[in-house]
Amino acid sequence: MNAQLNPAVKTAYNFGFLDEYAKKEIRRVTLKAICIPGYQVPYASREMPMGRGFGTGGLQLSLALIGQQEQVKVIDQGSDDSVNAVNLRQFIEMTCPGIDTTTRTQDATLIQSRHRIPEQPLTEQQILVLQVPYPDPLVIVEPSEDKRKVMHGEADYSRLLVKLYEDIVQFNEITISHRYPTKINQHYVIDPSPIPRWDVPKLHQSKALILFGAGREKKIYAVPPFTHAEPLAFEDQPFRVENFDDASGQRRACVRCGCQDSFLDEFTQETGQKIYQCSDSDWCEQQLARRSESGNS
Amino acid sequence: MKKVLSVRNLSKTYGTGCPLCIASTGPEAETNVCPHCGSVVAIHDVSFDLYEGEILGIMGESGSGKSTIVKNLYFDQIPKSGQATFYDTDQTHPLFELNSAQQRWLKNHRFGMVYQNPHLGLNFNISAGGNIAERLLMSDLMHYGEIRQRVKTLLARTEVLLSRVDELPRNFSGGMQQRVQIAKALATQPPLLFLDEVTTGLDLSVQARILDLIMEIQQELNTAMIVVTHDLGVIRLLAGRTLVMKYGRIIETGLTDQILEDPQHAYTQRLVASAL
Amino acid sequence: MSYVPIKGGGQAIAGAAAVTEFLRTEQALHQPNAQALDLQTIQFQLRHLVDRVISEGGVYHPELAALSIKQSLGDTLEAAFSLRAWRSTRPRLCATPALDTSKMRVIRRISAAFKDIPGGQMLGATPDYALRLLRMELINESDATFQHYAKEWLKQSNPTATTPMSFPKVISALRADGLLPALEADRTAQAFDITREPLIFPVSRSATLATMARAETGSLLALAYSNMRGYGDVHPTVAELRVGYVPIMLPHAVTGELIEAGEVLVTECEVIAMYEAQSDAKPVFTLGYGACLGHNEVKAISMAILDRALQKGKKDGPTNPSEDAEFVLLHIDGVDSMGFASHYKMPHYVTFQSDLDRLRTAQQQEACT
Repeated sequence: MNAQLNPAVKTAYNFGFLDEYAKKEIRRVTLKAICIPGYQVPYASREMPMGRGFGTGGLQLSLALIGQQEQVKVIDQGSDDSVNAVNLRQFIEMTCPGIDTTTRTQDATLIQSRHRIPEQPLTEQQILVLQVPYPDPLVIVEPSEDKRKVMHGEADYSRLLVKLYEDIVQFNEITISHRYPTKINQHYVIDPSPIPRWDVPKLHQSKALILFGAGREKKIYAVPPFTHAEPLAFEDQPFRVENFDDASGQRRACVRCGCQDSFLDEFTQETGQKIYQCSDSDWCEQQLARRSESGNS
Repeated sequence: MKKVLSVRNLSKTYGTGCPLCIASTGPEAETNVCPHCGSVVAIHDVSFDLYEGEILGIMGESGSGKSTIVKNLYFDQIPKSGQATFYDTDQTHPLFELNSAQQRWLKNHRFGMVYQNPHLGLNFNISAGGNIAERLLMSDLMHYGEIRQRVKTLLARTEVLLSRVDELPRNFSGGMQQRVQIAKALATQPPLLFLDEVTTGLDLSVQARILDLIMEIQQELNTAMIVVTHDLGVIRLLAGRTLVMKYGRIIETGLTDQILEDPQHAYTQRLVASAL
Repeated sequence: MSYVPIKGGGQAIAGAAAVTEFLRTEQALHQPNAQALDLQTIQFQLRHLVDRVISEGGVYHPELAALSIKQSLGDTLEAAFSLRAWRSTRPRLCATPALDTSKMRVIRRISAAFKDIPGGQMLGATPDYALRLLRMELINESDATFQHYAKEWLKQSNPTATTPMSFPKVISALRADGLLPALEADRTAQAFDITREPLIFPVSRSATLATMARAETGSLLALAYSNMRGYGDVHPTVAELRVGYVPIMLPHAVTGELIEAGEVLVTECEVIAMYEAQSDAKPVFTLGYGACLGHNEVKAISMAILDRALQKGKKDGPTNPSEDAEFVLLHIDGVDSMGFASHYKMPHYVTFQSDLDRLRTAQQQEACT
């Protein structure tokens, strides 16, 4: 039922927009997902007022988990101010009156993100919710969901591994860039959402709970804290993250804060010159503040 | 001699079946279609043993049920009744009591299968080398360099040009597709290999080379094999022992030499006599 | 040294909303006495548009459907989306017993299978036999002419007391003759609720029909058409197509007695397809069923054809896409499909950066070898 948490506040919707039954289902599905790391749990994904593909899965997770004392951060491509992040954050503010939002990663209790994991290491107190377009890494070798379920159940990923083999034969490299298939708890292989390779190692033995919500595909899955997470690779072809070295072999730095160990966005200026900047805007902000502080002291 | 496989009372019927099926079909009835219910008794009461390193031939004409035996043992079909036991080095597996995950494990690690139609045994959407790599990956080999080496070795062994290792099988001749299938089946050095009409439809010279290859492999690896064929020449060349099938029943069994020199059953006599 | 600020997302969104609202109200710049579209106008004069949105939104609320059309400037995908999103927040009050379409207050009813049927062929309001010539006289239609027509038509039409409200189903006669499979004995089975349960294949026929009932019309039509044209085997004959108002029976809060709480406009289509052998009985015709909210004939026909195709696919294994339940049911929801198509407009520059890295590395490898 549409319980009114605070009758004095005239809203047409329940706190968190979803009705309590919807939230209950999502929470139960999430618990199941945590109990079976990497297993895609189906759920009756609700239609939200933003398009499928715009984060309705992540949003349903966030709305089911948000409590009164929550500090919520929403980012897209690493940035708090990207259009998609702004839209989602405004919706959360509107439907969860009284909660706080923040851009500082370390202050957030719940982080909803599209395509990036923050550079700042997360803690046991935090939950990360990732937005997922394709929950199933096997979809590139098998279109039928029914057949894929059997493959996952039997941990039969040979057709996926053959694809990696053929990549190396043709290009001398595994060409999967984002959505790199990762084996969780030594059984289920997940699609970790379109995060770059750079972010995949953060799944392994993470202190924070990482949840994955696919609204359109109607699945929720999880990498619980301190879980083994290993990107698929061959013994003699190890997994590699993106390379940000320049032609002379020097690791590029962010043109704004000088950081040399974050994922960088590439921009071509009008002059034709390429510059590089931290993708994680809050990280960049804090690095810059730190540098000017040390510069002044 | 170490037993590898024992099959007891294996039966398979297509259709609903009825109490009169068995009595109304078979070599005496000259049919395997039950006149009462229309069901097809593909095989009935098939029993045999297979020992390490031996090649067992199953011979018969179309509709004799010879392929059906192999399809059921390789889990492509589910039998109506019967038992089959595979004797592994340290374990015994009752084949028809296993779940699909266990069956898949046996197929990937202990069995090999070569079909008459390469489309059943090969994935035409990945390269020849990829087909073999897939089998190695299914048997838990995870070293790219080693996989690549094994792929090349196997293809060289089956006389497939190394320059074609990364090509799609659709561009290969029928004989070469069969050789890729054999390489794929052998990739895991299985103790038990099924060969279902593998040379049927190929040119005689190509057939000869593939048969030579099979014999060499048997000598090198001591693989136990079941060879299904309607061709007496293949039986004569490869099989130490033979079963003769007619309308779903075994009508004669014994050493190949004996059967070919001195066939007992009238049907076998006709087969041997009509061989070119 | 310049940098690129990623800021202003909020302003951009506000700006987009403002300019969209400008487009919606722009008429006032060209026509000083322009009036905002009123919902009644949309409901009456664009009724098929409203019916389509009702059907795809999955909730029978003609007024809100009209609102969603108004606010989306006529985009049916957007309109159905807003209505569906509203619907998904509504609490579940109760479930009615299955609607009995034989009680339908019919406004149109035809059969292609027979020349004449009990009660007769009632063409009703249909463009099927109209010539699709543009009616230029409607360009400057006068209010007077417009207001006059309905009154006059009612005056000269003569409803006889003997016209029944409803008619027996054509297929009841076929069933009585043993030409269709008998109805299942168990009529108490629960309908599958696609708004509360995820689809896990293989799904029941109830789930299949429910998914198709609120499918996007064009998607459903395309897949049904593929079956009609040759990627399929249904060869349908329309046994009956009926459009009309079906009573909603709700249990009284105290006595539990079913009383009529209102009525909804429903389109229903039953299609006869090839006959098939039954294991222990004579061969019979097979049936395909389609039904949806609102007056949507093409949708109901498409649905009936796909229902037959999917039943066949479930029994014998799919031999073409229209018989494959996963292929059909996962690609006909307008909210899912348009959302995902639209999402490609969102920023994807981090993933693209990752792609660039892969290609550059591969090119380097190529250069080295």
